[in-house]
Amino acid sequence: MSNRLEVRNVSKRFSRMSGVVERGAELMGLKAPNPVVRALDDVSLTVAEGEVVGIVGESGCGKSTLGRVVAGLLQASEGSVLFRGKQLDEMPGKSADEARLKVQMIFQDPSSSLNPRQRVREIIGAAPLHHGMTTARELDDYVSQQMQRSGLDPSMAGRFPHQFSGGQRQRIGIARALAVQPDMLICDESVAALDVSIQAQILNLFLDLREQLDLTYLFISHDLSVVEHISDRVMVMYLGRVVEEAAVGELFSHPNHPYTRALLQERPSLDPVQRRFSAIEGEIASPLSPPSGCHFHPRCPMAMERCRVERSELRLIGPGHKSACHLND
Amino acid sequence: MLEINGLKTEVVTEQGNVTLIDDINLNLAAGEVMGLVGESGSGKSVTGLSIMGLLDKPVQVTGGQILFKGRDLRKLSQKELRSIRGNRIAMIFQDPMSTLNPVLRIDTQMMEAVRTHESVSKQAAWERARDALGMVGIPSPEERLSAYPHQFSGGMRQRVAIAIALLMSPDLIIADEPTTALDVTIQAQILSIVQKLAREKGMALIWVTHDLSVVAGLAEKLSVMYAGRIVEQGSTADLLRRPLHPYTNGLIASLPAHNERGSRLKQISGTTPSVANMPKGCAFRPRCSSATEICFDPPALEAVEGRLLRCFHPVMEGAPS
Repeated sequence: MSNRLEVRNVSKRFSRMSGVVERGAELMGLKAPNPVVRALDDVSLTVAEGEVVGIVGESGCGKSTLGRVVAGLLQASEGSVLFRGKQLDEMPGKSADEARLKVQMIFQDPSSSLNPRQRVREIIGAAPLHHGMTTARELDDYVSQQMQRSGLDPSMAGRFPHQFSGGQRQRIGIARALAVQPDMLICDESVAALDVSIQAQILNLFLDLREQLDLTYLFISHDLSVVEHISDRVMVMYLGRVVEEAAVGELFSHPNHPYTRALLQERPSLDPVQRRFSAIEGEIASPLSPPSGCHFHPRCPMAMERCRVERSELRLIGPGHKSACHLND
Repeated sequence: MLEINGLKTEVVTEQGNVTLIDDINLNLAAGEVMGLVGESGSGKSVTGLSIMGLLDKPVQVTGGQILFKGRDLRKLSQKELRSIRGNRIAMIFQDPMSTLNPVLRIDTQMMEAVRTHESVSKQAAWERARDALGMVGIPSPEERLSAYPHQFSGGMRQRVAIAIALLMSPDLIIADEPTTALDVTIQAQILSIVQKLAREKGMALIWVTHDLSVVAGLAEKLSVMYAGRIVEQGSTADLLRRPLHPYTNGLIASLPAHNERGSRLKQISGTTPSVANMPKGCAFRPRCSSATEICFDPPALEAVEGRLLRCFHPVMEGAPS
């Protein structure tokens, strides 16, 4: 069986373009070239049909960039993204468009990803109408169906986004994504902005939709318990690199990388025992100047000399369990 | 240290008043940490701001007492209030940039805070600022004092804001979601600092948050708010082990950690009501599975099993959550 999605050695670099004068100065050695942010550094990932892969990490780890590269909102600087074994630019124009349409994204902030001047009917209906999935005559019915599936009252199709609560707005975002009949959703912090009781409702909606529509998910979040709940497999990222990847049970019961262990340890829990918060030291380094060797070494309690100089490669340490740590040698 | 009785805050308009929070009762002893938990719109931040006297018209405290060391803060003049605010009671906000002035160096801001409340030399104020930065774990505080806020990372800025709150060694700190915008590892660092300082200095702390799990390991007491009222209040251990209010119970049951991996989460249906459109009687009634006729009357906050509870139908032992 081919994988639904394969990301092969993708890197993404961001840099400010130099102006003409600046470029001249750079050529003459008068000015250092603009700094480059390596948001993604040689990241590989496979997602099987119907699988839910969770991506966790803190700010600046590249998880959102990865989601955007997969969704086609950003172009990778290096490496390739394959849908069902095929690269988009190898496909003829029309099937590339279709392949792209099959991957939809749901964003963190529903209020900034919905056009405030459009009614819900237009927000949800515009794309399927454009792509010929429905006709102008049947549009109202089509939109009602989509709204119902996402738990919205179809009678509210004539309202504007600001007339809805945060949780309902997120449902509009989900209905819009599903309206073009995708088979894969990329959820980028899709429940992070919601209240706890609403978060549970939306997570349940994702679980239900997965069952009804055989959806594949790439679920990006900083919240470990959310990722643990919904994912089949989890990938942990730190400063643009994958540090660990394993099936969800394996990762949460046998975390290998010191960063994963620190994350799990510091996850706030409902355990009412008065506990001491034992913090790992230090700040997340700036992606503009990541530390040498293993990016995590300045904060790692077990760092050795080797970690300072040599990059740690992601290697298999058990069945389906990969980790990038020199300690495994 | 702090005793709040029947606190009520309203939006006062010519068309009539809209109640934001009502019948808030809190008790806090020196060195005690209380978690004030609720979702957006539950009134938890308004409660904090009401205590601080930081509300702007048309929002006003319209009833109740706020006794701080026996003095009612509501009866104090603006001048007296200013001598307490930032001095004996300090506040930490979610966004540190709402505390920090972006165009002033950290030392200027910190020394100004000290010299507003106490007539000390600039040198003494500077030393106090340096010590406070050291206390919150900012490396090489002498150098960092001459930096501007934008030169700090988000976590470091929040540390600076906490250091400013600590400058006068206040008796009470009100922290309004101070770690919500921070990463997990940075949040753990801030929690560990605050926990240590509260213990060492005997400060009372009110930690306002939407996240039960953040205060679970930090606070001794919890107050759960819903729609502007406290619905359940008691020791953290009791409350988390056996929540009595259907809302608290639902909140805890809906956390992914309390559900089998991959299964549907136990959810509370519906949404929080808006202040303009409060349901009659118990505000949680439309979302509550055990609601009956009697819930159309407003329940009172009553002592039940060593805690305070505002509910006619407490969750029974062994009942399905």
